[in-house]
Amino acid sequence: MIELKGLHKSYITGNNKLHVLKGLDLTIEQGELVSVMGSSGSGKSTLLNVLGILDSYDEGFYKLNNTLMDNLSEKKAAQYRNNMLGFVFQSFNLISFKNAVENVALPLYYQGVNRKKRNMIALDYLDRMGLKEWADHMPNELSGGQKQRVAIARAMISKPKVILADEPTGALDSKTSLEVMDLFREINSSGITVIIVTHEKDISEQTDRIIHIKDGIIGSEFTSKN
Amino acid sequence: MIDIDKWQEIFSTIRKNKLRTFLTGFSVAWGIFMLIVLLGAGKGLENGIHSNFDSDAANSIWISPGQTSISYKGIKPGKYVKFTNKDYERIINENKNLERISSRYNIRGNDQISYKNEYGSFGINTVHPDMEFIENSFPIKGRFINSIDIEKQRKVAVIGDLVEEALCKKGESPIGEYIKIRGVPFKVVGIYSENSNSDEERRRVYIPISTAQMVFSGGNTVNSIALAVSEMTDDESEQFEEKLKASFASNHNFDKEDDRAIYIRNNLDNIKEFRNAFQGIRMFIWIIGVGTIIAGIVGVSNIMLIVVKERTKEIGIRKAIGATPWSVVSSILQESILITSFAGYIGLVLGVALMEIIAMNIPADSMMFKNPDVDISVAISATILLVVSGSIAGYIPARRAAKIKPVIALRDE
Ligand SMILES: Nc1ncnc2c1ncn2[C@@H]1O[C@H](COP(=O)(O)OP(=O)(O)OP(=O)(O)O)[C@@H](O)[C@H]1O
Ligand SMILES: [Mg+2]
Repeated sequence: MIELKGLHKSYITGNNKLHVLKGLDLTIEQGELVSVMGSSGSGKSTLLNVLGILDSYDEGFYKLNNTLMDNLSEKKAAQYRNNMLGFVFQSFNLISFKNAVENVALPLYYQGVNRKKRNMIALDYLDRMGLKEWADHMPNELSGGQKQRVAIARAMISKPKVILADEPTGALDSKTSLEVMDLFREINSSGITVIIVTHEKDISEQTDRIIHIKDGIIGSEFTSKN
Repeated sequence: MIDIDKWQEIFSTIRKNKLRTFLTGFSVAWGIFMLIVLLGAGKGLENGIHSNFDSDAANSIWISPGQTSISYKGIKPGKYVKFTNKDYERIINENKNLERISSRYNIRGNDQISYKNEYGSFGINTVHPDMEFIENSFPIKGRFINSIDIEKQRKVAVIGDLVEEALCKKGESPIGEYIKIRGVPFKVVGIYSENSNSDEERRRVYIPISTAQMVFSGGNTVNSIALAVSEMTDDESEQFEEKLKASFASNHNFDKEDDRAIYIRNNLDNIKEFRNAFQGIRMFIWIIGVGTIIAGIVGVSNIMLIVVKERTKEIGIRKAIGATPWSVVSSILQESILITSFAGYIGLVLGVALMEIIAMNIPADSMMFKNPDVDISVAISATILLVVSGSIAGYIPARRAAKIKPVIALRDE
C-alpha cells in the first residue's frame, strides 16, 4: 500500500538547511496497524505529512497504492487526499464555525455529495463513534476526546485506504486515549491501513508494528506480540 | 454557478461569521450611500441655484438704448439713443439666424390694473408674439398675443397665473372678461405661467406693442428689443454682438466703441458663467466621490486580506480533506461578491431613500436646494466597481492561501 525508498526531506529556513529525513526506506502493507515512534524532532510528523501529500519531498520515491506521488498537480493531490487518505491531528483541526455533523460531512461535500445525503451519512458515522447526541454541537462545546472522535469520523467518512494520525491521543487523558485506540483498532479490522505517530509506549504497544525513527532513517522495527 | 450546495455552504459560512460579514458589508454600503448623498447634494445645490436664474430662454439677447459717452462726428457725448420700430425691422432684415424677436414699449406712469372691483399693480409688458418663447411664458389657458393682434392693434391681454389669482375669485375664469389698464379696457385672451422661482415673472400682463403704442401715445418708440438666436459658439456669439452694435452705431450715429450708447445683455454669458461655476462644484463632488469609493475599495480589500489570513488554517483543513485550490478560491470569491453586492444594494436603497426624504421636505420655493435626483446609473456603476475590486482584493490573497502547502496552513503558531 505504501512504499518509500531513499526518501530525503530538508527544511530550509533562511540560510539554514535542516536535513530531517535522510534516505528513508519503508513499506507498509494494506490493512496494517502501524505506530511510528522516535524522539521529539526526529521527523515523525514530517514523515506523516509526506505520506499524506500535505508536504513535498526532495529525493527518493513515494508510492501510494502503486502510484508514484511526485509532482502532483494540486487538483490530483486534492483527489488523493479526498479518496485515499484520512487525517487525524493532535489538535483535532475541526472547523470552529461548523457543528459536529457538518465537520464530519465536509469531505463528502468535496466529492459532490448533496447536503441531505452527506449529513445523513455523517450522522451515521457519529453514531458509530457514540456521538449521535452531540451532532448539533459546535466544536468548542465538545471535550477533547469527543472532538477527536469527530475528527476520526471525518477521516473515515470518505472510506479512505489509509488513515494517518499524528499523535491523536496527545491531547487526551489516558482513559480517553485507550478509547480512541480501540476505535483505531476497530477501523483497522475493517481493512483500512492505519498509521499512528505517538510518543506513548502504551499506545504503540496496541499496534501490530512499531517503527522507530532515528537520525532520519528507520532505526529499528518491532512486531508486537499480539 | 447555480450550485445550490455551494451556495448553502457559502451562506452557512456567512451566517457563522456575522461580524466579518457585517464589516465588509458596512464599508461597501457606506461608500455607496455616501456617494449617492454626495451626488444628490451636488445635484440639489445645482438645481437650487439654477432656479435663481430667471426662466428666460438661455439663448436670449436683450438690447436697450443708453446715452453716448464718446463724441462722434462732431456730436457731443451725452446724446440719448432712441429705438423705434425701424430698429426692430432692421434687425430682422439684417440677421438671418434669429429664432425669435420682440420689441417692447414701456408705458409710463402707474401700472395699476383693475378687474371688476379688484385692482393691483402688475408689470405691464408690451410685446410681439415671439416674447412667449423668449420669456418662456407659455399659456396655460387661452392663447398668447398673436400677429393678428399686432396687425389690428387689438386691445387684448395675456395675464400671469398669479395675476389671475390676485384679481379673480376662485373658480371664476377671467378669459373673455376685460381688465382696465390706465382706464383702457383690454380683453383677457390667455393666462400664462412660467416655470420660475421668481413670482415677478408670473405677475405680468402682456399686451400687443402696436396697441400700446397707439393707445398710450407711444408713436413708434421702442424701449428694448429682445432676441433669441440659434445655438452659437463663444466666438460666434461675440461676433454677433459686434455686428449688432455696429449696425446700431451706424444707424444712430454713435461710435461703435461706445460702451454706453446701447446695452446688450447676453443671457448666454450668464448661463456660461453659471455652468463654469458648476463645472467646478461638480468636479469637487466627483473628487470626493471617487475618494469615498477608493476608501470603500481599500476597506473591502483590507477586510478580505484579514478574512483570508484568518481563514488560512481553515483553508489548510479543507485542503487536507480534499478541497481543490479552485474550490477554495471560488468559494471565497463568491462569498465576497455576495456580500459586497448585497451591501452595495442596501447602500443604494438607503441613499436614494434619504434623497427622497430630503426632496420631500425641502420647501418648494427653496432658493438653495432643489430636486436632488441622483444618476442611478452612476450609483450602480460604483456598486459594480466596488464588487469587482472587492473580488480582486479577495482573489489575490485567496489564491495565495489556496496555493500554500496544507502543512504550512495547518501549522499552529
Ligand atoms: N516547516 C518547517 N520548517 C523548518 N523546520 C521544520 C519545519 N517543520 C519541522 N521542522 C523541523 O524538522 C524537524 C523534525 O520535525 P517534526 O515535526 O517532523 O518532528 P517530530 O518527530 O514530529 O517531533 P515531535 O515529536 O516533537 O512532534 C524538527 O527539528 C523541526 O524543528
Ligand atoms: Mg510531531
